[in-house]
Amino acid sequence: MNKILLVIQREYVTRVLKKSFWISSLLAPVLITAIYAIPIWLAMKDKEQKQIAIFDQSHLLKSADLQDKELVFTFTNVPEKSFKTQFAKSGYDAFVSIPVDVLTNPKGVHIYSSKNIGLNLKESVERLIQNKVRQELMYKAGISAKVYEDTQVDIASETITVSENGGETSSSSAGAMILAGIMGLILYVTLLLYGSQVMNGVIEEKSNRIIEVIISSVKPYQLMLGKIIGVGLVGLTQFLLWIVLTIGLTQVTGKIYASKVKATIAVDQGRASVDMRNAMQDSPMGEVTKVLESTNIPLILVAFLFYFFVGYLLYSSLFAAIGSAVESATEAQQFTFIVMIPIILSFLLAQYTMQDPDSTVAFWASMIPFTSPINMMVRLPYGVPVWELVLSMCLLVVGFLACSWISARIYRVGILMYGKKATWKELSKWLFYKG
Amino acid sequence: MLLSIRNLGKRYADHVALSDVNLEIPKGKIFGLLGPNGAGKTSLIRIITQITGPDSGEILFDGEPLRLAHADQIGYLPEERGLYKKMKVGEQLLYLAQLKGMPKDDAITKLKEWFIRLDIKEWWNKPVDDLSKGMQQKTQFIATVVHEPKLLILDEPFSGFDPINANMLKDEILAIKARGTTVLFSTHRMESVEELCDEIALINHARVVLSGNKDEVQNRYKKNQFSIRFEGELLSIPGIEIVSHESAGHAILRFSAGMGTNEAIALLIQHIRLLEFKEVIPSFNDIFIQVVSETN
Repeated sequence: MNKILLVIQREYVTRVLKKSFWISSLLAPVLITAIYAIPIWLAMKDKEQKQIAIFDQSHLLKSADLQDKELVFTFTNVPEKSFKTQFAKSGYDAFVSIPVDVLTNPKGVHIYSSKNIGLNLKESVERLIQNKVRQELMYKAGISAKVYEDTQVDIASETITVSENGGETSSSSAGAMILAGIMGLILYVTLLLYGSQVMNGVIEEKSNRIIEVIISSVKPYQLMLGKIIGVGLVGLTQFLLWIVLTIGLTQVTGKIYASKVKATIAVDQGRASVDMRNAMQDSPMGEVTKVLESTNIPLILVAFLFYFFVGYLLYSSLFAAIGSAVESATEAQQFTFIVMIPIILSFLLAQYTMQDPDSTVAFWASMIPFTSPINMMVRLPYGVPVWELVLSMCLLVVGFLACSWISARIYRVGILMYGKKATWKELSKWLFYKG
Repeated sequence: MLLSIRNLGKRYADHVALSDVNLEIPKGKIFGLLGPNGAGKTSLIRIITQITGPDSGEILFDGEPLRLAHADQIGYLPEERGLYKKMKVGEQLLYLAQLKGMPKDDAITKLKEWFIRLDIKEWWNKPVDDLSKGMQQKTQFIATVVHEPKLLILDEPFSGFDPINANMLKDEILAIKARGTTVLFSTHRMESVEELCDEIALINHARVVLSGNKDEVQNRYKKNQFSIRFEGELLSIPGIEIVSHESAGHAILRFSAGMGTNEAIALLIQHIRLLEFKEVIPSFNDIFIQVVSETN
């Protein structure tokens, strides 16, 4: 037992001290925070104001109609032709000319600029003019401005899940989908990543020829188990770092934003904060935040760590068996596909599970040990009965024990086989070798 | 006896690796395990180091049936040996010593002694990748002996060593023997057998075909031949057969049965002036080739 601990310690320490470990541990939280923070930052940023000269020959527009936080309009009487010649030194970003007959000739509006104007500016100008023109047309048709305003309604639905005892929680199916997708993807990537790390570690020991020295001190299954657990703990450490750093970073950026919002409220009558709230709600992270508020976060976290660790143990024991049978990573390819197929398959099934988390396919995908880690995590944000979760976890543990038993038998023979090309037939024979 | 091997048998799917092997390895001696490639030496060593198990028979280690706990009292330098390339020399040796059950502090003290002894103090923090092959061999040797095992198993220890390192290794093996450690070493190099071993066993085709004390084995294979250096002309003498006389003043003779050496010398000195007279002791090389070809 002591010796397993030593092996675990070596596997853990040598990996955690690597630069690449810290780079990936720090980079992911920064990226996640950026995805969360950049849309809000863009919404809050003080926009540069553009100066626009407007030559309204129809005399339809009043300055009250031309309110926009990014555009400043100045009425001018300089006709189009002469303005064009002095445009460069006028200091305006754009010159808008509205024809006399704009009500009947909506295509007669021209925007002049020295540089190419942005799509945003074009749309803003068009929207302002269009609103006024529509109002005017409505008025002429006998509809008052008030009626017109009242017809501009938006529909936004709120989704609510109802529990058995009638309690209500506001839910977001889009958010649940995103959360499920993120967790499924992380599991998919990490199972492959850490599984192949175990395999490469085994190949390294074998091709280095240190294996024989080691197994004259520890039993092969101790070495295999120690390696798998050691690498798995590296994975857990990375997850914990990700979680802690992401929460920390988002809190800090949140605080920074909050203080900025307070400062702007005073000058801008809260417009910035409204913008910010809108930006938060519109961004995908906002949806996820809503789901996080309505679901049992500790349950999801614990289940996630469980499914990662046990699922990883199951797959990595198979990866270790493959590593023991070959002498180089290229030689391993002929065997790795058989382990990768269930991982890829679970990821494909997860797309289906995400669409219809209560279907029969989703149920079985979240029960069978090979596909359950990814698929159960995908189902979890939508809500899963307790007995299904417990059964799935138990089946996964059983699956791990069976896989590690098979793997250990292949491993103990494989690590001592040099210069012999392993085949499937050979591998199955090793299963039945005596001590 | 440190190791008693009794009726040991091991077979793999397609061939017999060991068949009814019996060996007694005495305490504090250097025991040479000889044999051609594929004879079963490595299979035997892997069973003693408990990397694999035997199909039949038993092994007694220091009087007790061999069990897992004995692994800590065995030091094993395999023929195919390596190190973790990315680890530093010091921490790597510390890890290997701890795997042999040494407490950390003890291991550090002992390792430092070895680093001073082999004059490699400055290597502790060097990654193994930066070491030359000779340096790696020293490192591997320390890993094998640092826990002061009762039994040291060396599989082809000299392969790949340059003459200076080979000499150092030889001295260290003798020093370890002087401290009472039993050494089991497997080799093809017969000159190192003659220099180092007290006892030998020759394995061929999974069986022990020859074993015993080194001098006793050599005596067994003597052919009653004598080498002489002399002045004068060597004529044929009744009862004395000239086996070879390739250069002037040197010959190898065989005496007829019943003729003692004193008698033979008395006959010889009537004809020649005898400068040197010694018995031909068969080399292990000759014994090896003879026994292996006889048992094939």
